[in-house]
Amino acid sequence: MLELLQYEFVRNAIAAGILASIACGIIGVYVVVKRIVFISGGIAHASFGGIGLGYYLGINPILGVLPFSIASALSMGWVSKRSRLPEDTAIGILWALGMSIGIILVSLTPGYAPDLMTYLFGNILTVPFSDIILMLVLDAIIIVVVYSFYKEFLALCFDEEFATVRGVAAERLYLVLLCLIALTVVVLIRVVGVILVIALLTIPAAMSRQFTSNLKKMMMLSIIFGAVFSSGGIWLSYMFDVPSGATIVLVMSVVYLMYSLVKGIGSRGAT
Amino acid sequence: MNMNSAVIELKDIWVHYEGMPILEGVDLVVEPHDFLGIIGPNGGGKSTLLKVILGLINPSRGVIKVFGDTPKSARRDIGYLPQYSLFDMEFPMSVWEVVLTGRLGHTGLLKRYNDEDKKAAYDALEEVDMLEYKDRQIGKLSGGQRQRVFIARALAGEPKLLLLDEPTTSIDSIMQEEFYELLNKLKAKMAIVMVSHDISAVSVYVDKIACLNHKLFYHHSKELTSEDLEAAYQCPVDMIAHGVPHRVLKAH
Repeated sequence: MLELLQYEFVRNAIAAGILASIACGIIGVYVVVKRIVFISGGIAHASFGGIGLGYYLGINPILGVLPFSIASALSMGWVSKRSRLPEDTAIGILWALGMSIGIILVSLTPGYAPDLMTYLFGNILTVPFSDIILMLVLDAIIIVVVYSFYKEFLALCFDEEFATVRGVAAERLYLVLLCLIALTVVVLIRVVGVILVIALLTIPAAMSRQFTSNLKKMMMLSIIFGAVFSSGGIWLSYMFDVPSGATIVLVMSVVYLMYSLVKGIGSRGAT
Repeated sequence: MNMNSAVIELKDIWVHYEGMPILEGVDLVVEPHDFLGIIGPNGGGKSTLLKVILGLINPSRGVIKVFGDTPKSARRDIGYLPQYSLFDMEFPMSVWEVVLTGRLGHTGLLKRYNDEDKKAAYDALEEVDMLEYKDRQIGKLSGGQRQRVFIARALAGEPKLLLLDEPTTSIDSIMQEEFYELLNKLKAKMAIVMVSHDISAVSVYVDKIACLNHKLFYHHSKELTSEDLEAAYQCPVDMIAHGVPHRVLKAH
């Protein structure tokens, strides 16, 4: 694997993998413990509208995703808390709405839409250096916000009502958390694409939960799992010439399933 | 804060949910050091009443004062034990971290918990006799132990008013007795309002009792008339007069 590192695109890919692992390691833990996987999937998929917007305006689609994913996070959060619709119904509608907007905008854009598959399914081997800088900035924002509101986020995830009674602006903080998920989606799009983002937001965090019951340690472990799995996935996708995003998700899922299986058999043997 | 003012003052509180009245013209005054039990059937509005006092639900009509102030401004001085809920037993949080969240209102945003917060959390755990479990994951406790931890979380904020919502539902009868002894100890320091459907247990330990079924029946004492209970429960209730020193009903 070492001789691969002489190529710039491989170095970029590994840097992108690690930056993605940091974002999904931290935010994924919140997604898993607060059980907001569905709304996170909604934000990720609706962000496809931003890719369409980017194509339509002729700018870097990632720059279209940033405002669009923030807007979908805020509207999903707002609708799920305030509307009379059941939360999952509201999310389902916005999920599909965002994707439809993306498809319409892409089709309205004259000419052929290059790299569309990249944004849907990711291609970590083609990440340009400029996107790595963007990922670095977004990671920094995520770390600073989580560091600043660590105790409030913890209280919010455990018991939202009690946090409110203790003077935490729970609803506003929840919207901040959803915005961080939106930023994470932007970081992850290059790596696995909007369709597979949810795997990176859940699998490393779900695995780390098996090893610790401390939120900070969970975050550290998730980052390590994410980095190891994505590097492994990049290597396999290079060796077998298969899509990198899907390979990373496949590696994670197989390891997680095998781990659960072994653990399940182990605990059955114990009883 | 006016030191002479009542802890809670509710005047003609109405709460509606989807057009249905939940609370109908509730008047209630709680004085400092009151230990008030509120009994009533399920769905009678007991939890709603506590949430009104906490400012989590805005009444459609009526005036509410807590420590002479709005509920939101008074929250800092209220300790709250929510109704037992099926929270995530696997949640990655220790007893210590849970109790510290009771200090959030004192610490403020963008600050770490300071020594004062840690001391308050430590004292609260000591008070409920759960200090030895402080590093235990919150799910790895019995129902009674967990309830003590949640009391400690409420106490960590050094409240002057403690609101308890069905505190004994999740614990067995031996633990319940210990739990009420703990409340007995706490009532010297703060006013306590406890809602419960467990009439007999409540009537033994509380000092004053009220009955709530959309309307509130309360005479600032430990006595309720049988008319009150019948009106509240909409059927004759006669199993309450046992234990003469603690009777709920007047001798009749």
